[in-house]
Amino acid sequence: MTDVPTVRLGGDVDPGVDEVVSLRDVVVVLGAFPALAGASLSVRRGEMLLLAGPNGAGKTTLLRTCAGLTRIERGEGRVLGLDVRRDSADVRRRTGIVGHSNGLYPDLTVAENVNFWGRTVGATSDEVEAALVRMDLAGRLRDVAAGRLSAGQKRRTALAALIARRAELWLLDEPHAGLDAAGRDELDALLGAAVAAGATVIVASHELERAGRLATRRVDVVGGRVIDRADGASDGREPRS
Amino acid sequence: MTPTLRVARAIAAKDLRVEWRSRVVTNQVLPFSALVMVLFAFALDDDGITERVAPGLVWLAVLFSLVVLVSRSYAVETADGALDQLRSSGVEPAGIFFGKAIALAVQLLVLQAVLAGLAVVLYRASIGAEGLALFASAALLATVGLASVGTLYGGLAAGVRGRETLLPLLVLPVLAPVLIGATRCTESAFGVEGVETSDGWPWLGLLAIFAVLFSVFGAFAYGPLIDE
Repeated sequence: MTDVPTVRLGGDVDPGVDEVVSLRDVVVVLGAFPALAGASLSVRRGEMLLLAGPNGAGKTTLLRTCAGLTRIERGEGRVLGLDVRRDSADVRRRTGIVGHSNGLYPDLTVAENVNFWGRTVGATSDEVEAALVRMDLAGRLRDVAAGRLSAGQKRRTALAALIARRAELWLLDEPHAGLDAAGRDELDALLGAAVAAGATVIVASHELERAGRLATRRVDVVGGRVIDRADGASDGREPRS
Repeated sequence: MTPTLRVARAIAAKDLRVEWRSRVVTNQVLPFSALVMVLFAFALDDDGITERVAPGLVWLAVLFSLVVLVSRSYAVETADGALDQLRSSGVEPAGIFFGKAIALAVQLLVLQAVLAGLAVVLYRASIGAEGLALFASAALLATVGLASVGTLYGGLAAGVRGRETLLPLLVLPVLAPVLIGATRCTESAFGVEGVETSDGWPWLGLLAIFAVLFSVFGAFAYGPLIDE
């Protein structure tokens, strides 16, 4: 058996940057609708943060803002020490967002998919192999076409692609959606391992009990604002009704 | 290797692997193009006319097939949100553009070789050594233009509802200069109605300008375009 290098889940985060996400009074407008209405959030390295809240509260927009994918109209946003507005291309490169889709090519095998995403950032074959090993995809699944995988296996492959891409901050939007019970358990185990290995993860989920067991902290997103139940309203304001 | 080149290589290799694996080009696009050529021959039903219009028919078949190839290229990207993932991963947009254009160009070149062969058989077109060189040069330059426009407008249509019907409306009018230039070159290459091969070389200039214009413009415009 060939040796594969160890892989750091969550990439090689600059140890000098302890506050991975820092949003202050951020306003994001989608069309004419203020999806984030003065949201503030701080996430430290190694945390697994659960974003809870009803549909349309702004959870997905908050994740996309952390990934540098939305335009901040007002407020300040820093992710991995970078200004989200000014350095959005770098923020995108260093974060990984997995939403309802997995970003896989159904005709390619698991290994080819992970290899492709790794190649886009110049990952070596060893790094790709390590990502496959880490997500337990190096065995019989490696040569299976992604289109033939179960929902849970597809999610695993998407996470392996995040590792191969060296994403330093994982942003997961409803990662349990569409998975059966076994797939959910499998995902929980993977996220647990990721956090234990030092990855910084933000999860938006309606599966509060399940995701809450994994999370090191929970905040609620209500009406485009972030409420931290641990210390009251982190915005210092009441949410909009 | 620069990030743009690295991404272009990864995307082109991935797209060609997907096509090789799925065999959509060989099992569907090539038979479609051949069918278009055969139907043209049935519709015209006159050897004199078919010989005269064969060059135009070859390039019309190429254009129709391009629309199918581009649709296919972006269907693969949107099936499981891969294009959105590429965008949100900050992957170099110019690299994505060049990678997809290169993969499309390879498929188009194979297609053109088959269609030119069919034209010789079906429409009794004849081609000499100099004609072959002219045709090959025209095909190469036209392919760069076709692949660049196809990739650019395919990216634009990818996020739009009804993209399958929108794509030909966007692409075909823009490609009129390629159709004209490539047809004139091919007429000269085939020696249609006594046209000299040397008459075709100036048309290569039009194809070259088009190819450079759209490949450069595409590389710059692709990022903002897929971001919207």
